[in-house]
Amino acid sequence: MFKKKYAALVAVMLVVGMLLSACGSKDSGNSGNKDGKDDNFTVAMVTDTGGVDDKSFNQSAWEGLKAFGKKNDMKVGKDVKYLQSTSQADYAPNLNQLIHQNYDLVYGIGYLMESDVKKAAEQNPDAQLAIVDSVVTDDNKKPMKNVASITFKEQQGSFLVGVVAGMTTKSKKIGFIGGIKSELIKKFESGFKAGVKTVNPDAKIFVQYAGDFNAPDKGQAIAATMYGKGADIIYHSAGATGNGVFTEAKTRKKNGENVWVIGVDRDQYEQGLPEDVTLTSMVKRVDNAVTEVSKETQQGKFPGGKVLEFGLKDNGVGITTNKDHMEHVSADELKKVEEYKNKIINGEIKAPKTDKEYDAYLSSLK
Amino acid sequence: MKRIFNNNRLFSFLIPVISVILGLLAGAIIMLITGYNPLLAYQSIIHSIFFEPYYSGETIRAMIPLVLSGLAVAFAFRTGLFNIGVEGQLLVGWFTAVAVGIGFGDLPKAVLLPLAIIAAALAGAIWGFVPGFLKARFKVHEVITTIMMNYIALHVTNYLIRTYLYTQGERTPSVPESASLSSKFLMDLTQGSRLHWGFIVALIAAVIMWFILWKTTKGYELRSVGFNPNASKYAGMNVNRNVILSMAISGAFAGVAGAMEGLGTYQYMTINSTFIGIGFDGIAVALLGLNTSIGVIFGAALFAGLKIGSISMQSIAGVPTDLVQIIIALIIFFVASSYLIRWLLVRLKKGGK
Repeated sequence: MFKKKYAALVAVMLVVGMLLSACGSKDSGNSGNKDGKDDNFTVAMVTDTGGVDDKSFNQSAWEGLKAFGKKNDMKVGKDVKYLQSTSQADYAPNLNQLIHQNYDLVYGIGYLMESDVKKAAEQNPDAQLAIVDSVVTDDNKKPMKNVASITFKEQQGSFLVGVVAGMTTKSKKIGFIGGIKSELIKKFESGFKAGVKTVNPDAKIFVQYAGDFNAPDKGQAIAATMYGKGADIIYHSAGATGNGVFTEAKTRKKNGENVWVIGVDRDQYEQGLPEDVTLTSMVKRVDNAVTEVSKETQQGKFPGGKVLEFGLKDNGVGITTNKDHMEHVSADELKKVEEYKNKIINGEIKAPKTDKEYDAYLSSLK
Repeated sequence: MKRIFNNNRLFSFLIPVISVILGLLAGAIIMLITGYNPLLAYQSIIHSIFFEPYYSGETIRAMIPLVLSGLAVAFAFRTGLFNIGVEGQLLVGWFTAVAVGIGFGDLPKAVLLPLAIIAAALAGAIWGFVPGFLKARFKVHEVITTIMMNYIALHVTNYLIRTYLYTQGERTPSVPESASLSSKFLMDLTQGSRLHWGFIVALIAAVIMWFILWKTTKGYELRSVGFNPNASKYAGMNVNRNVILSMAISGAFAGVAGAMEGLGTYQYMTINSTFIGIGFDGIAVALLGLNTSIGVIFGAALFAGLKIGSISMQSIAGVPTDLVQIIIALIIFFVASSYLIRWLLVRLKKGGK
């Protein structure tokens, strides 16, 4: 009796196993067919661990891809698709999954994926890959042939918000809080400082790095010090650390102090509510960049091996365009911003992106 | 009647198997309710991990740290200790292995590679020793201290990377070839997956755990303390020393798990904003494997298969990866409620007669 039970159980398991494997072989035939035809363009992306709803660049990239897909009558979820990574271990298999499925263009979103994109590019020389916010180079430090590296001219957008800050400040003291000191964040810092100094040469600028992108408490502490020293506007480029800057500003505003924060990466107007402390935001249009690269690739002009820099001219960076979110900036000031925007676009002003360029820029002002 | 079942090895083997089947079934029901095709989802897992070399390789790769962290939990559990600190011990092991690999990069591979792994084991052992000591000396409950030690490990390793080994991309530089476990041969064999020689280390560790526990006097003592500390004390065993030793050995396994990630899978360590979860998965793996070496290997195989398979599941059947986490959780739930399954089986048998 007892043995019969086990026999029955084993039999059931065998049947289930066979059923499943039978389905397996049938479907692999199907997908083989799908892979075979290659006439329509397909594009996909791998998110980093932030996920597709991170309210930051992953989300922005996916919005860009979706819009691109809609415009070209591509099926979202099939011709245009994203794969989410639950841990950093998933980056490589996710990238490979999409490459194996013959997607014409595969994006890795975020610099955290740099080494995984590099490896995937080495192993699949025929694949067309792209990375956002980083440059993938081979062992000789040359950009890899089958990877398009998408970067942004953050210094240009930062220059414009610097202009706003320089014109708005009453105390003539302005703060900049960075996440981790790196080439990338230096672009924000240098551009911002240059913008401030251009319209307000006497302004004093405090600069401090939190050493962390994920420490709101540190952001708040640094902001408290800067506001305490008399700064009335702080521009942060510090990811989640910047949330602490908003917290501090809101507390001070509640107590009647007139302080402001300038947001970064996307329109952070809502983050400043209800005390309304967001003066303006420097926005980075990952969606525009992703759409642009997809379009070029679709037309057979995949920018592999190139380091693309999206700036003001390409709508890759800029100042928030929502007028309601700039209510504390006067019309005259907005006109000024527009002026400088045009000057940067036509090359009259070159926003500095390093300390050295900033020093050179400063001496050119005098 | 109950005694027969408790002693029946086949029976104790059946419980995890049934739990897994129930977990998968419950997962299928959830998929049906939420509008996904469970058959397509499961067969995409099976197809990818058994018929596509890349995913087979990735599955074995994902198994390596899971086996080791499962062994770590199981070992401590045999002495009646609940080591929740595997995650932290793994992180310090990971960092130590990478740091040694980079710091002594000039040494030949035959020296450096074992050195890095042993250093990682030592680091993990120290991280396990502290809660063990606190438990033995001051009767501080190990669950609390190991959880706290996890946070200390996370932030200390982050700080050390940021201060001493930082490079672009929020991570350490890569370890030199002489400290690497990766293999061109295994990579080519599996269409470029990250499979590395660590699987041999994991298998050796499984044998070591079995040997220590079942073939040495010390192992007998450790298990005896797990069964009944008072009786062990009465029999003349030093319970406190065994508690400390068990936690240290458990930590060593966890440290080696970290070394596998540092020298094999990634070749570097990133700054982690949160826990990576392999240590916590180890608890489930040990539970599923009934705290035996061979069981842990099977448990790790299942978890690794589900994790890697979930990537194909997401891609082919459109099922979100979150659902895989739910299925894993359901399996653990059913394993943990093994009493229920035991009871059901007994009823079933009675009915059959």
